[in-house]
Amino acid sequence: MSEEKVGVYICHCGTNIAKVVDVEDVAVWAGNQPNVAVSRDYKFMCSSLGQELIEQDIKEKGLTRVVVASCSPHMHEKTFRTACERGGLNPFLFEMANIREHDSWITEDNEAATQKAKALTNAAIERVVHHQPLELIPVEINPNTLIVGGGIAGITAALELADAGHHVYVVEREPSIGGHMAQLDKTFPTLDCSACILTPKMVDVGQHDNITLLTWSEVEELDGYLGNFSVTVRKKARYVDEEHCTGCGICIEKCPIRVVDDVFEVGMGKRKAIYRPFPQAVPKYPVLDPEHCTYFLRGKCKACQLFCPTEPNSIDFEQEDEILKLEVGNIILATGYDLFDVSKIPQYGYGKLPNVFTSLEFERMVNAAGPTDGKIVLRDGKSLPGSVVIVHCVGSRDENYHKYCSKVCCMYSLKFAHLIHERLPDADVYNCYIDMRTPGKGYEEFYHRLLEEDTHFIRGKVAEVTDAARTKEEEGKLIVQVEDTLIGRQRRVPVDMVILSPAMEARYDSKEVTQLFKMGCDFDGFFIERHPKLDPVATMTEGVFIAGACQGPKDVPDSVAQGAAAAARVAGLISRGTVMMEPVRAHINEEECSGCRICNNLCPYNAIIFHEDRGVSEVITALCQGCGTCVAACPSGIITGAHFTNNQVLSEIEGILWDVRPAKVPV
Amino acid sequence: MSEKFEPVIVGFLCNWCSYRAADLAGTARIKYAPNMRPIRVMCSGRVDPQFVLKALREGADGVLIAGCHPGECHYVNGNIKALRRYILLKKMLKQLGIEDERVQLVWASASEGIVLAEKVNKMTEEIRALGPLNWSEKVLGGNGRHIVPVLDEV
Repeated sequence: MSEEKVGVYICHCGTNIAKVVDVEDVAVWAGNQPNVAVSRDYKFMCSSLGQELIEQDIKEKGLTRVVVASCSPHMHEKTFRTACERGGLNPFLFEMANIREHDSWITEDNEAATQKAKALTNAAIERVVHHQPLELIPVEINPNTLIVGGGIAGITAALELADAGHHVYVVEREPSIGGHMAQLDKTFPTLDCSACILTPKMVDVGQHDNITLLTWSEVEELDGYLGNFSVTVRKKARYVDEEHCTGCGICIEKCPIRVVDDVFEVGMGKRKAIYRPFPQAVPKYPVLDPEHCTYFLRGKCKACQLFCPTEPNSIDFEQEDEILKLEVGNIILATGYDLFDVSKIPQYGYGKLPNVFTSLEFERMVNAAGPTDGKIVLRDGKSLPGSVVIVHCVGSRDENYHKYCSKVCCMYSLKFAHLIHERLPDADVYNCYIDMRTPGKGYEEFYHRLLEEDTHFIRGKVAEVTDAARTKEEEGKLIVQVEDTLIGRQRRVPVDMVILSPAMEARYDSKEVTQLFKMGCDFDGFFIERHPKLDPVATMTEGVFIAGACQGPKDVPDSVAQGAAAAARVAGLISRGTVMMEPVRAHINEEECSGCRICNNLCPYNAIIFHEDRGVSEVITALCQGCGTCVAACPSGIITGAHFTNNQVLSEIEGILWDVRPAKVPV
Repeated sequence: MSEKFEPVIVGFLCNWCSYRAADLAGTARIKYAPNMRPIRVMCSGRVDPQFVLKALREGADGVLIAGCHPGECHYVNGNIKALRRYILLKKMLKQLGIEDERVQLVWASASEGIVLAEKVNKMTEEIRALGPLNWSEKVLGGNGRHIVPVLDEV
């Protein structure tokens, strides 16, 4: 038996615990366990009086270990550790038994609950005896921040941090920042022109002294931890020298090759082989697309180089990808969303029936700077539609695809109806919806405005879009088959144009991104926040934050709010300068290491290195995150996982089974 | 005390998902079998097979290992390493004559209090049907003394 003097405190938590667990009985029983010097029960251990009780006992009774049996350690471990510290005890000589969330709240059986409370308390007593005093590890925060994604959420976060005086790297996969918002025409419900409110912010990002903008770039590797991440970024070859290019655009003008732009114009428009996705792109330098460039394909042309007016010439066919290493303290992921692939629902006819459009295609079409100069026309490029159906919930609120509500579609579908009324006053516009969801400031009012604009609303999920006419008036039309649930009848609506409003979904590569940044995503692929209500922009990985639609479907105001919130969180860490980290880390006893290297490949953080000269492995404390996988794997048992040592866990197992253990027989 | 056999299950819950799932089950007042006694580990990858053996030897009738869903591990893929060990361990336990249901693995994310609670209920019933493990009978063949090494020798 050890010499330790353990103080045990059983909390009533008002009646939360005491109503089910016989706390007095547990306290008396605990008092009779080996090593226990003091055992008490108290109404609220987390109250200042409860905490003082612990402090006093440490000072007066010379306690060397403390156990509190109360709620979850995620709730109050920190509270009691601090109380121990105030009493003069190392905070890690404390252990908590969770007899509320794991016991009194899950059963009404008093006897079983009391028995379980004893087991959990005893486990803590037997474990705490083996605790070692530990010190928190101070970590300095590098004041630079990496923001991945240059949509509106990333732009907002970047400007907030840069304006606060901190350096920011913005890494964007596309040639320009702006994201999906740059593709939109108007924004609901105020109908501000999207570009008019976005482009000034894009320009600010491009010109800010504190922002290094890396477009046409992707993060390839991430090492390190909160405060000290090291990021490898691939800056793809643009074949344009950014230092000398003035962005005059003559090369674009002279390029003879026109290709369909599948990215920015979503296939609705064309671009050159050397191009800028849109006129207001930031940065202004064009990108050369070697897959379509005549010089790259056939070794001839070079029109862009020939006409480039800068000295020296800015077109550089020899340019190669550049690998950059960035050192940052925090990371904000604002990687945005993809749209649901509507061709997965064949009965809606997209791809087969030319006049079925997606919302983003329509968005480009109504945009004054878009491929049709803002004219609403059918696929032939000239005929005006006399009637349009807008189909809500395509791939969202659908058991077969995404169960969730995509949140923004009702509002933009209403916006589309308004824009059609505005440009084609004689056109009939139908909205086929399941439920009209318009929560938000000014949103419901916008819906009412549309009700007065003579839009036809059909409450029902569209079954099919077809060109198979049954009557004369259906001939040459798209027929939308839908049950109007308000009148209880099937309807066939013959129209000229159909717009599908697809679900916002997680980026196709969100799983890989979460693996790269060592955080989690949910079943739908959206990044998981630390707490859905109270911590929406932090992740389970310290130093990695999320903002915007990468966390779930969001409109512009919500994305902006999250971008700013994530920036505030990062700014808080930067201004603290140093944060204290839990000392739960692995350590290899080099004297006993056999050099088998089993642990080397298990570490997800590459924190274990092998010293060839001495034939032993070593854990780099700064990189270790304390998962303990190596500890469990070491065949010699000589890796110690601080605060989760083999001795501590094995004693806990013995303690938790106090009432069922077989009697010990000497060997 | 009723006549019914109440199994004791030791649960190894990872700090980030499953322990929080158990917290959530409590906070949501989901009622489930109090037979599982949780031990918190930082990651399911920390669950050394000897912990499981130790628990069975020390009187537990079953062991539940709970971790984050594949792809959601806080430590990238510790849960996958737990799964690898679990599969090997199960093979060994089978050779010792220990029934399949006694050692189980579940993925429960921090939002899946109900998943964890249902798993504990199901496992409790399965083990109740099997009866006590009785390690000294089953594994040591009941021929002689049950040798429990004292901790320092482990």
